This record gives sequence, C-alpha cells and structure tokens, in this order.
Amino acid sequence: MVKDIATARNDFPLLKTQMNQESLTYLDNAATTQKPQAVIERLVDYYQTENVNVQRGVYALAQATTAKYEQVRQQVADFLHAQADEIIFTRGTTTSLNWVAQSFAPTVIQPGDEILITIMEHHSNLVPWQIVAKKLGAHLRYVELNDQAELDLAQLQANLNQRTKIVALTQVSNVLGTINPIKQITAWAHQVGAYVVVDGAQAAGHMPVDVQALDCDFYAFSGHKVYGPTGIGVLYGKAALLQQMPPVEYGGEMINRVTRQSTDFKAAPAKFEAGTMPIAQVIGLGAALDYLTSLGWSQIEAQEQHLVQLAGSQLQAIPGITLYGPPLSKPHAPVLSFNLTGVHPHDLATVLDSQGVAVRAGHHCAQPLMAALQVSATARASFAFYNNDQDVQRLITAVKLAKEFFQA
Amino acid sequence: MKISQLNDLYRQLIIDHAQHPHHHGQLPQADQSVNLNNPTCGDVIDLQVVFKDQQIKEIAFSGDGCSISQASASMMCDLVNGQTISQAKQEIAVFLEMLMNNPDEPSDILGDAAVLAAVVKFPARIKCATLAWKALEQAITQEEQHAGN
Repeated sequence: MVKDIATARNDFPLLKTQMNQESLTYLDNAATTQKPQAVIERLVDYYQTENVNVQRGVYALAQATTAKYEQVRQQVADFLHAQADEIIFTRGTTTSLNWVAQSFAPTVIQPGDEILITIMEHHSNLVPWQIVAKKLGAHLRYVELNDQAELDLAQLQANLNQRTKIVALTQVSNVLGTINPIKQITAWAHQVGAYVVVDGAQAAGHMPVDVQALDCDFYAFSGHKVYGPTGIGVLYGKAALLQQMPPVEYGGEMINRVTRQSTDFKAAPAKFEAGTMPIAQVIGLGAALDYLTSLGWSQIEAQEQHLVQLAGSQLQAIPGITLYGPPLSKPHAPVLSFNLTGVHPHDLATVLDSQGVAVRAGHHCAQPLMAALQVSATARASFAFYNNDQDVQRLITAVKLAKEFFQA
Repeated sequence: MKISQLNDLYRQLIIDHAQHPHHHGQLPQADQSVNLNNPTCGDVIDLQVVFKDQQIKEIAFSGDGCSISQASASMMCDLVNGQTISQAKQEIAVFLEMLMNNPDEPSDILGDAAVLAAVVKFPARIKCATLAWKALEQAITQEEQHAGN
C-alpha cells in the first residue's frame, strides 16, 4: 500500500524539535537527510535482538543476521536495478569514489591518458582523481558549465578521445541542482572506450536510479542521504569490472586461503568487505529503502519539484537575490544556492538560524566551482519530500528579515 | 530567537568595522605574511606585518569573509598597531580565552574587540572571529623564528 506523502513528515522525530527556541525548518537535506522512526526502530531492534558478527558464526543467530545483511544487498541491487554481486558496502560515497580512483583506475590508465571530470564536482569526486592523475602520469581535464549552469555537452564531447580512460561526474550537482544526462554521456564515453563513474550522492534519494539504463560502469551513493544511517554507503560496479579491481583493504572474511607468503581472495563483493562491516547501518539502510518504497517515486518527485519551484520563484522575486543553478524551467533537483547582495552568506545563514531555518552556507566542498562562479561562498537551501509550504514561507520570511536587518 | 539577540551579535560597532574595515590592504614591504583560511566555510585572510625593534610597526589585512571575520580583523589591527610583540601576544591570548572558554571576563585591554564576546552565543561563528588573531599569532611565531636564526 502506498503511504500518503502529506503525513510523511510525522514519521521524522527530529523535524518536531526546536532550534533557537523556534520550530525547526530543516533545509540542509543535501548535507544529510533526517531518519524516519522506522529506521531508528530498526537500529534499536537490531542491537536488541540481532547483534552478532556476520559471515562467520555457525550458530543460528549468526546465520539469521547474515541472511538479513545479504537481503539488504539484494534490496540495494533492486533499488539500482543491478545484481547483488555488483553491490559493495562502503563507508559512504566518498569511500566508494576513492576506491574506484585508487584501485580500479590504475588497471586501465597509462601515463599520458586522460581523466575527464566536471567543474561541478564535489571535492570527493575531484580530489581522488587529482591524486590518481598525478600518481599515474595522467592528465585531468574539466568540462565547464554553459550559461544556464548545465554541463557544456559540446565541450564534453570535444574532450572525449582515445586517451580518455575515465569519465567521472555527478548525476546531480550538490550546489546548482543541475541534473546531468548520464545516459547520453555514458553512450558518448563508451564510444571512445572510457569507463564512467557516477557520483549519485545527491540523486539516489530523490529520483529512481537504473544503472542498467544509465549503462554507467560505477555508481556511488550514501545511506545517510537516502534517509538511512551514517557510516554506510554503496559502490555499484559492473560485475566484470569488480573482478578486475583489486581489493583496497585486506583482512578478515575477504580471503579464501592464506598461507605464510600468499593469499587467495574471495570473489567480489566479499573481497572488498574486509573486517567487521557496519552491520547495524546496513540493516538500517534496508529499512530506509523500504520506507522510500512505501512512498513511491512519483509522490517524492512531485513534492520535491513543487517545493523547488515555490521556493525558487519566491527567492527570485526578492530584489538582491542571485540564484546559482539552471533556470527553474529546466530540470532542477531540489537544491537552491543563492546569495543576497551586500550580505555574506554566513551572516545570512546566522539570521536564518536565529529564526529556526537550517541552511548551509559556504563553499559546499566545491571550491573549483565557487571559483568558476566567481563567488567565495553561497547559501544553500535543499529540500526533501517531508518539507512543506510552511518551510518555504519560513525561509522566505527569514531571508527578507536578513535583508532588512543588514539594510541590504 | 528574538531579533534583539541578533542585535547582540551584530552590534553597530561590528557592522561599522565590517563595512569600513581599518588597516585593509597590502603592505609590500611586510616582514611576515600569513594566509589563513577557514576550510569549513571558505573565509580567507591575508595578514601582513612590518616588525621593528620588537614592535608591530605596521599591519594590514585583506581577504574575503563574513562581517564577523572582517570586523574582528579590523578591530585587531587597530588594537595591535604600534604595540610591542609581547603586548600583542598577551592580547591574542586574552581574546582567544574570551571566545573559547570564558566569555564572562571580557578584558578592557581588547579595545573595540571586547564586543566580540557576544560571538560565544553563536558557536558556529567563533572560528570566523578567531581567524585574524590566529593569523597574527602565526605571523609573530614566524618573526620570532626568523629573528632566532
């Protein structure tokens, strides 16, 4: 049965709390999302009745919890339209992307080859490629924005050549809200034999993701941005590529046989999951995906589009506000970055904070993008399906208050 | 939170310093230059100091940041300009103590900068207020190491 999204807000206890003696309007969902009661209770249940180590014990409880852990792997595979053996559990998107850069990239890159990324990348999909490019003697190239804050696709195509071995890009910009046409880009990249690595951190909780349709080679996302626990993330990789990619960490449960001088590893995904994994967080991630499924994508996307259109148009109507991102008439994820002329975004965010409105202010871990936009920082409001019209009104009222307060 | 509490943070004195900062600019003949940033928010300060006879002979800052960081830098430069290194070190210590541990004992040796005690009630902004002072601390350390060599 599909749950009604209008009442979904009541499932999130943190949204009922206060900040600075005001009721909380939480608009920092691009940083992390709040957790529904079902996820919180699932974690408690796990620790109360299921807590054992997985993949090891011969007793019944260990078998049962291992089965549940592996069920979540299947659930994540279904969520991404992948196979279970293509799903690796990691610490988060950052770890997933670092592993591809550190372990997969050296198997395909020769000195003089090229890695193509975009100017809108979060540092976690930028710095690992800088490091690996230096280490392997490869060139790091950037795709810039067009005048609508979208990727310049003509420039992207012009940059693809036989030396391009990796194309790494985000599906949704954490600053601009731009949604990149991954399927199209993957088709172009594959024509020159490049592998495509997608940062899905800002996409996975907000739109359906089908890695088979996208045909990307790797896809990463974080549990805590899809209403699940922190400390758990996912790396999807095509099965053959995961076999080709060496383990990053070595330790317990990722091996077949160890002798004094050599070790034989298990197949993927086990070879990547050394040591005791964040079992509770995996179980909690499963509960979060169940929760998303109970709402359904059509309701989630409709509500988030409603919020971004409402907030975007009302912000734009305030004199002195600059929005950074595609026009609202273009595909736009529920992320709005903006500045108010004459007011530094930190000062703006402090006034919002005083009114109970939580937004991010800063460079959003995207300093090269800030430089390209010629700003040092922006304020950012990011929405989730549990936000409502009242949250938007409180944001707008607080921005107007800041404008008045600083006489901007 | 009431607007009056915001007024505690954004006193007119702070706004004035932020909008019209003193000692703002470059010193081409500086003995020590320090570039510090606050990596979480992107605030940047470039602090330049001319030292002579154990004294801060001239000081200037530039960079980019919020009104708290700009006002704090302006107030600090007003305060330490012309002072001895040991006076400045003492004031840095008092200022950092005021913001990190003990807001109830604002010291009259801090001049205008004493009003920044209000920042303690806004923990997210403490790093904005301390950035310039940490830059000066580093400039003095560099100068002392330079003199010691």
